[in-house]
Amino acid sequence: MIIGGVVGPVILTILVVFLPAAGARVVRRLVMTSLTFSLPLALSALIVNVFFFPGGTTVLLTIGPIRATAEGLAFAVEILARVAAISGAITLFYLTTRPGDVVVDLERRGVSSRVAFVVNATVQTVPAMVTRGQTIVDAQRSRGLDTQGGVWQRIRGIVPIVGPVILGSIAEVEERTMALEARGFTRPGRRTLLWWPADRPAEQVVRWLLVLAVPGAIAARAAGLL
Amino acid sequence: MLALAGLSYRYAGAPRPSLIDIDLQIGDGEVVGLVGPNEAGKSTVCLVASGLAPRAIRGTLSGTLTIDGEDVVDWPMHQLIGRVGIAFQNPRTQLSGVAATVYEEVCFGLMNLGVPRDEVVARAGEALELLRIGDLVERDPNLLSGGQMQLVALAGLLALRPAHLVLDEPTAQLDPEGTRLVAGALRDLAAAGTALLIAEHKADMLDGLCDRVVVLDAGRITIEGPAGAVLADPRLADLGVEPPSRVRLARALEARGLDPTVVALGAGAGGPA
Repeated sequence: MIIGGVVGPVILTILVVFLPAAGARVVRRLVMTSLTFSLPLALSALIVNVFFFPGGTTVLLTIGPIRATAEGLAFAVEILARVAAISGAITLFYLTTRPGDVVVDLERRGVSSRVAFVVNATVQTVPAMVTRGQTIVDAQRSRGLDTQGGVWQRIRGIVPIVGPVILGSIAEVEERTMALEARGFTRPGRRTLLWWPADRPAEQVVRWLLVLAVPGAIAARAAGLL
Repeated sequence: MLALAGLSYRYAGAPRPSLIDIDLQIGDGEVVGLVGPNEAGKSTVCLVASGLAPRAIRGTLSGTLTIDGEDVVDWPMHQLIGRVGIAFQNPRTQLSGVAATVYEEVCFGLMNLGVPRDEVVARAGEALELLRIGDLVERDPNLLSGGQMQLVALAGLLALRPAHLVLDEPTAQLDPEGTRLVAGALRDLAAAGTALLIAEHKADMLDGLCDRVVVLDAGRITIEGPAGAVLADPRLADLGVEPPSRVRLARALEARGLDPTVVALGAGAGGPA
């Protein structure tokens, strides 16, 4: 049985995205978040393939010089199924895993503490940047900056906001660097880890099965089964 | 004792030195205030005394920096931080940025130093207790008030058990409540025997907390002496340093022909403005 096309990604999405998401009780958030991030890509893939699929002959609809074809639609649905599988998997990871846990576990497994710090700090910086951005938006609005209204007005409003956000972050880097230095960050050698995520036997089994599934899927693909 | 002797410092690319021939000693358990106008060199003294300059900020240092008689100019930073710690004015930039809880934040420095886990737990517990912020351990450090954040940063430093603590305007970005929290913690630290060097604009905070006050101007020490006398020195006004409120009140009373000794009884009891 060949399970390529739409069926393969759909089965994959159900097995490795929706079932674990149901177990973690995050299905609703998974769908909403995944749709939010993948919708622009999905829509553009749908439009491009339905209307501009090369070699499409079965015409479904004609709008002026543009023709929507059945072959294009079929290919677009296939692409959408793959996008859903990819975005669903990434979103599930985001919804069920604390970035700090991943970084600590990577560090425990020998990844450099500096690399781990950079990854962790990057993730943690996002909320701080959002907060800083909101403060600057409020400050600029209080001085008359119009950040609402038409597209052009919004674009013009971005510059006085993005500038202070970026420059303010850069200005803090020096003091932040010194504060890290003052707490031994540059000391060579391994850090002490206070804790690390539990790695239960069942999780290890699942992880190894997934690792083995990768060459298995590649082999199945090569054999024309996927 | 932390001692700077004949010390000058010029930042890389700067046309002139920021510190010139500084002689300053901070004895064990002593609390020294550092005041002066903007650009006087207060922050540079803090950076040099803590070892961050020239290690983290490039520049040329001449003179000596000793701790308990040992020349520490060439010590690596991670070796120095067990002897002297530094806190900055912005509490947010002092957070590691990677700790999910206050507890992890306080442990950050100890973990970097590779201190055994049991000792990390013990020392972090001591620091939290000393600053009375044990009730914050589960909180996200990024969501604390400025004063609480500064206390967490101080706890992270204290866990490293430095005998000397350098504080560069630790209350500059705090509201009155945050200032009160930090000032109270510094009094506790001083009472516990930690030597403090505090660069600060708020003379009221230094009044009653410091044993000595040093006045800097244009990179040089211009006045030095017991805190009460220096903070009442009329030359401070010429340097743009506002004296503590008790001194201002006494002067206002004198100007009106009243007896200032009545309020002088309150000297040394001044809290933060």
